[in-house]
Amino acid sequence: MINERNLPILATLLVFILLYGFGVYEYRGFRDTLVFTNLLTDNAFLIITAIGMTFVILSGGIDLSVGSMIAFIGVLMAYMISSMGLHPAFAIGIALLVGVFFGTIMGVIIAFFEIQAFIVTLAGMFLFRGLAYLINLDAVPISHPFIMALSDIYVPLPGRGGLTFIAMAMLVLLVIGILVARRTRFGMSVYALGGDSHSAALLGVPVGKTIIKIYALSGFYSAMSGVIFAIYTGSAYPLAAVGVELDAIAAVVIGGTLLTGGVGYVFGTFLGAMIQGIIQTLITFDGSLNSWWTKLAVGGLLLFFILLQKGIVVWVKKRAAG
Amino acid sequence: MKKNDFLHKHQKTLAPLLSLVLIILVTASVTPGFLKITFVDGHLFGSLVDILHRGTPTALVALGMAVVIATRGIDLSVGAVIAICGAVTAVLTVNTDWPVWIVILCALGTGALCGLWNGILVSVFNIQPIVATLILMVAGRGIAQMITEGQIVTFHSEVLDAIGNGYFLAFPIRVWIAIGLILLTVIVMRKTALGLFIESVGANVRASRLVGIEARLLVMSAYVFSGFCAGLSGIILAADIRGADANNAGLWLELDAILAVVLAGASLAGGRIYLLLTVVGVLIIQTLTTAILTSGLPVQYNLVVKATIILAVLLIQSPKTRQWLSGLFPKKEGDKKGSTTP
Repeated sequence: MINERNLPILATLLVFILLYGFGVYEYRGFRDTLVFTNLLTDNAFLIITAIGMTFVILSGGIDLSVGSMIAFIGVLMAYMISSMGLHPAFAIGIALLVGVFFGTIMGVIIAFFEIQAFIVTLAGMFLFRGLAYLINLDAVPISHPFIMALSDIYVPLPGRGGLTFIAMAMLVLLVIGILVARRTRFGMSVYALGGDSHSAALLGVPVGKTIIKIYALSGFYSAMSGVIFAIYTGSAYPLAAVGVELDAIAAVVIGGTLLTGGVGYVFGTFLGAMIQGIIQTLITFDGSLNSWWTKLAVGGLLLFFILLQKGIVVWVKKRAAG
Repeated sequence: MKKNDFLHKHQKTLAPLLSLVLIILVTASVTPGFLKITFVDGHLFGSLVDILHRGTPTALVALGMAVVIATRGIDLSVGAVIAICGAVTAVLTVNTDWPVWIVILCALGTGALCGLWNGILVSVFNIQPIVATLILMVAGRGIAQMITEGQIVTFHSEVLDAIGNGYFLAFPIRVWIAIGLILLTVIVMRKTALGLFIESVGANVRASRLVGIEARLLVMSAYVFSGFCAGLSGIILAADIRGADANNAGLWLELDAILAVVLAGASLAGGRIYLLLTVVGVLIIQTLTTAILTSGLPVQYNLVVKATIILAVLLIQSPKTRQWLSGLFPKKEGDKKGSTTP
C-alpha cells in the first residue's frame, strides 16, 4: 500500500491535517465548518489554476501565463457582458474558448518550434496581461442578474458553513481533473511524457499532440479560473492575479508532484493549494503576525517538500541498487 | 560566395544585432529626435543615453543569469535578491553610521550569500535549478519585507546618490559600473579556463567530470556570481529611488533577464552563451520599452507589442524555422551545412 510514489502525497496530507489540527486546537472559531468551506471558496481560483498546472508539470513543462490569463479572461468577460450586452452564460462560453485557443497556440509553438515552454509561456504572460490592458485599464464591476444568481447559490452544511457555487464548481473541476489524469489515454500519455519523453515517443505516445493538448487544457483551466475569480470578486481588473502562477507552481510542488515530471496526483495539488490557504487563515486568526510570514512559511514548506522528494528518490535508487 | 559564408558563420551574432538596429531605426522614423543626443554641463542627454541608464540593472542581472544558464541552470530568485539587497542597503544606511563602502560590501555579500544558498541547493542537493531558485523567489520578498519591517525605507547618502543618478565622463556612473563588470566577466569567461569549464559543465556534466572538472564548485560559483550581480543591481535600484521597496524592487526583472539571454541565442539547455549579445538582448528589451513610451502609443500597448516582437524574434531564431526556410531555398553545400541543427 505505502510505496515510495505515494510518500510525498502522504506527507502533504499529514501537513494538511497537522496545520488544520493546530488551528482547531488553538482557536475556538476554527472548529466551525465555516472555516473549511471558506477555504474551499477563497482558494477555488487558485486550486483550479493549479489543476491545469499539474498536467503541465507532470509532463515536465511549465506554464507561466496562467496569472495573466485569469486577469485577461475576467476583463474580457466583463467587456462582453457590459459593453456588448451578451448574456453571461454566452460570454463565459466564449471566454473559455479564447482560453483554450491561446493555450493551444502556446502548445503548438512549444511542440513544433521546439522553443522552451518557459520562454513561450513567459511571452504568453506578457501578451495576456497586455491584452487585458488593451480592453480596460480600470477595475469594473460585473453586475448582471445571472452572475448574482450564481453567487447566491448556497448549500448549507451542518454548522455555519456551506458550499457556494464557486466551491462546487471547483470540486467538479477537481473530479474531472482526477479522472482525466488517471482514467484516460491522454492522462497516461502525460505521465509517460514526463517520465521520459524519448521512451514515450518510442512507445508510440503522440508527443507533439499530447503537448498541444496539455497546454490547451492548462489554458482551459486558467480561463475557468478567470471566470470563477470574476464571479468571486464580482469585478474584473487587469492587474488581478499577479503572481498566481507562482502560487500554483508552489501548490503543485507542495502537493507532491515531482518537478522533473512523471510522478504526482491532481488531488495532491488540491491539498497543496489548501495548505497555502490554511497558512493564510492561521496568520489572519493569529492577528499579530505580519503578512510576510505567509511567504516565508510557503517558501519553507516548498524547501521541505523538495528535500523530502529528493530523499525519497535517493532512497529508492539505493534500495534498487542494493 | 564570400558574403554568404560570412552570413552563415555569424548568423547567430547577426540576428540580435540586426533586430536591435531595426528596432532603433523604426523608432527613430516614428519618433523624431529619438537619436538626438545633446551635451549639457558635461552630461550626455537623449533617449539613447536613457536606454543605457535604464537598462543597467537588467544588464547586470542578465550577466549573472547568462553564466548560470551556461551551466544548464536558471536563477528565478534574482528579483527577490534585488529586493533583499536593496533593503539591506537602506536599513544599514538609516540605522547605522557605518561608512558607505561597508554598507555596499554588506549588501553585495548578502547577494552572494543568497546565490550561495541557491548554489548549494542545486549542486549539493541536486535539486532542479528552476525549483531550487523558486524557493528563494517565493520567500525572498518575505525576507526583504522582514528587513524593512514592511515599510518603504528612504535614505540619503551622497555616494549612493552618485551610484544611482550621478555622471562620470559624460556617462551615468551606473553605466560605467556595468561596463566594467561586463568586461571583467567577458575576460574571465573567454580568456581563462574557468569560462571554458563552466560552459563545458553545462554542455555535458558527465564528460566534464570525467575530464576532471570539479563541476559542483563551478555550478555553485555561477549562482554566487548571479547573486552578486543581483545584489549590485539591487543597490543601484535602491540608490536610484533613494529607498527600498520590498514589494516592487526588481519585480519581474528575472524574466527580462532570462529573455535577454535567450534573445542572445543561448539555449536554456546549457552550453554556449554569448555575453556581449546578452547585453544586446537587454538593449533590445529596454529600447522596445522606451520606444513604445516615447512613440506616443498609449501605455497599455506596451506589453502586447513587446510580447509580439519577442515571440517573432524567437520564432525566427528557432532552429525549426531556419530548417524550414532553408528547405524552401535549397542551395549549395555550404547552405545545407549551416542549416543543420544541433
